[in-house]
This record gives sequence, structure tokens and C-alpha cells, in this order.
Amino acid sequence: MSIRTLIVTLCVTIVAGAVYFLQSPFVDSALVFLEAAEMTLKIVVVSMILTVIIAFTTGIGRLSPWAPLRWLCITYVEVFRGTSALVQLFWLFYVLPLFGPKIDPFTAGVLGVSLNVGAYAAIVVEASIRAVPKAQYEAAIALNMSSFNRMRRIILPQAIRIMIPPFGNLAIQLFKLTALVSFIGISDLTYTAYQLNQTTYLTVEVFTIVLFMYFAIGLSITIGMKLLERHYSRGIRLGDAR
Amino acid sequence: MNWDWAYTLEILPQMAEASLVTLQATVMGFALAAVLGLLWAIISLLEIPVVSFVVRLWVEFIRTTPVLIQLFAMYYFLPLAGVILPAMLCGVLTLGMHYSAYCAEVYRSGFAQVDRGQWEAAKAINLSTARTLRRIILPQAIPPIILPLGNYLVTMFKETPVLLAITVIELVATARIIGNDTFRYTEPITLAGVFFLILSLAAAKLTRVVNRKFALPGMQEF
Repeated sequence: MSIRTLIVTLCVTIVAGAVYFLQSPFVDSALVFLEAAEMTLKIVVVSMILTVIIAFTTGIGRLSPWAPLRWLCITYVEVFRGTSALVQLFWLFYVLPLFGPKIDPFTAGVLGVSLNVGAYAAIVVEASIRAVPKAQYEAAIALNMSSFNRMRRIILPQAIRIMIPPFGNLAIQLFKLTALVSFIGISDLTYTAYQLNQTTYLTVEVFTIVLFMYFAIGLSITIGMKLLERHYSRGIRLGDAR
Repeated sequence: MNWDWAYTLEILPQMAEASLVTLQATVMGFALAAVLGLLWAIISLLEIPVVSFVVRLWVEFIRTTPVLIQLFAMYYFLPLAGVILPAMLCGVLTLGMHYSAYCAEVYRSGFAQVDRGQWEAAKAINLSTARTLRRIILPQAIPPIILPLGNYLVTMFKETPVLLAITVIELVATARIIGNDTFRYTEPITLAGVFFLILSLAAAKLTRVVNRKFALPGMQEF
């Protein structure tokens, strides 16, 4: 869908959600939902930052000429892509404290989500760097650039443009994955919805409100990534710019 | 904390049995997703006024909300509407519905790869739309997207643990129950991870085999 359709959909969702909320029995307890949404957003933002860091370090590590580092990064990706996110989350929360540091639910949640999505993102980073034409490397070497400068000035700016569309999908995937942290007792939107349902039995109202909120946040992320995509493709394939 | 092999062997049969539940949920869910996804993709391809837009909106909605919330919604909404389903069926329906949105995108990319001339040629020899799709377009659109579809099969395996939220006792739920009983989480949860690794690797292998079998002439093989 085009950015404009998405923005219209977002506006309609927000208005419809607000109207629904105002006539629901929860109209006095808006704070509960807002606090839950804040927690979800906090986890999403921190995880996204961590994911990007993990993705770039491991993605570039996978291209390293030094074999042990390469193997380490490959193993990380295969393990975290091959097992379930919930297993990883439980492992961090229940198993890790048995022989390592005890970590609080928030840290475990953020780590679990970003380690999982980071593995997928690392592959995107690697593939995007590989997609930069080889001549660009050679030209940078011919200009006597250091390998760090070559990466920073020549390769990455071109690779990032290729990365953005798959990163958009991953951002949504990460956002939805954060619902899982409710399993380790973080009071995010899902957890709050579950608790409210248990205490009030207003099932339809609770889940409809929460669905509206999730959809609004998700749409905002989609729109943000589309805008980013447009920003990074300035000057490239002019006919495609919408 | 030491790894206890005797204990691992003791819980192995129980975990293996639970992995069958996971397998079942994935296979049924994926079958549903593949069929529904094709339906969404075709409706949105045919540009039927209003209907196509509604379907696109629906797909966007499913794609941007967490499967866990959808699961809760299905599990609690349906009984209010008078439909009481077993938890497993409810879970399979939700997973299938959720992944149909992703599959729809994959099919869409498959359709996009078919040359426009194929549609025009089919029209020129007066084939109906249904026949064009079935005989001309789908046989060319499906083989190139077997691999990406397989990706979602693997992803779905790893998404099935959310079913424990609506009391389906699959791998992770079993691991957690064993852990709660014995206060030893290391072995069951690690074992759950190993089972997932085996299942996903097998699914990935299967995808590659199917892909090779149905490859179109001239298609790149992996």
C-alpha cells in the first residue's frame, strides 16, 4: 500500500479506536492502557537500537577474513534463527540465572527479542554489503582508503539503501515479537490485556482496544520505515519515486 | 548447575511426544496459510472494486498486529459468538490466518514475476480468468516462490510456542511444566531448543527437495 493510504488508514484507526474507547467501560482507566503502551514502546525502541548494533557487528563479522570470528558469527545466527524466540526468552530468564548473572525481566525481554531479530538482521546486513558492486571496493582500494574508511564512506552508505526494505519487515516482526515478553511477567500491552480480561471479564472490550493500539503502533512503524526508504533512495531510480 | 544426562533421557520421551503436537499444529496451520494466502493474493490481483481494497486492508491488519493478541482474541471472542472450538483448533486457525497474510505477499511476488504477455496471450485465445490462472499463471508463479514459502514454514515452527498461551501443551509448554515440577529448567528448555532446531532443519531440507522437484526449466537451483 502507498504511504498515503497507510496514513489515511492510521488516522481512521486512531479515530475509530478513540471513539470505541470513549464509549467503552474503560473510559476512566485510560492510564492503565497508556502505561502498558509505554512499556511496549520502551521495549520496542530499546530492542530496535540493540538489534541494529547486533546486526551490524555480526553482519560485518560474517564477512571477516579472520576465520574464528566468522565462525562465531555464523554460529550465533544459526542458533538464534533455528530455535524458537520463546525458547530463547525462557532460556535467558529461567536457565541463565542458574549459572550466570540474574537478570531482571526487562533486560531478559529486550535481550531475547533483539538477539532473535538480530540474527535475521545480520543476514540482511551481510547480503546488502555483498550486493554492493565489487568495483566499489576496488576503487576504494585504488584510492588508498583504509579498510575502516572504505566501509564507512563507500560500502555502508550504499549497502544501507539496500537494507532498508527488509529492515522494515524486520521492524514489524520485532514489534510483534515484543508481545512475547508478557510471558516473563513484563506488564506490556499483551500482559495488561490478559490481566484485565481475568479481572473484569470484559473480553471483547479489552482485546478490541488492545488490537486498535497494536495496529496503530504497527502502522506507524510501517509508515516510518517507508519514509526512511524514500529518504534513502533519493536520487536513485527517479522514475520509481512516489 | 550441571547437565544431568539421566534426567535428560528420562524426560526425552515426554518431549518427543510434545514435539508431535508442535509438528501437527505447524503442518495444519501452514496448509491453511498456503490456501488462504493464495486466495488473498488472487483477490487483490484481480482488482475487484472494494473487495480487493478490503482484503488488502485485512492483510495489512493481520501483518501488523501480534499473533499472541490475535490468539487471545480468537480464543475469547469465538465462544461469545457461540462457537466453542478446542484450543488446538483455535490455535491452528489463528496461526493459519496470521501466516496467510505473509504467504499472500509471497504469492504476490510470484505473480509479479509472470510476464504480462502471458496474460495477454491467454486473453487472446479467449481463456476465462479462472482458466488463465489455473493453467497459465499459477504453474509459472508457484515454482519460483517455493523457497520463500518454505521460509515461512520454518518460521511457523518457531511461532507455535505462542499456542501455550491458550493451553495447548506443545514443546515449550511441556518443558515449562517439567521445569515447574522438578525445578530443573536447564535440560527441558534446552531440549526444547534442540527439538526446534531438528524440526526447522528438516523443514528447510524438505523445502529444498520440493523446490528441486518442481523447478521450472532454467530456474536457478540451490
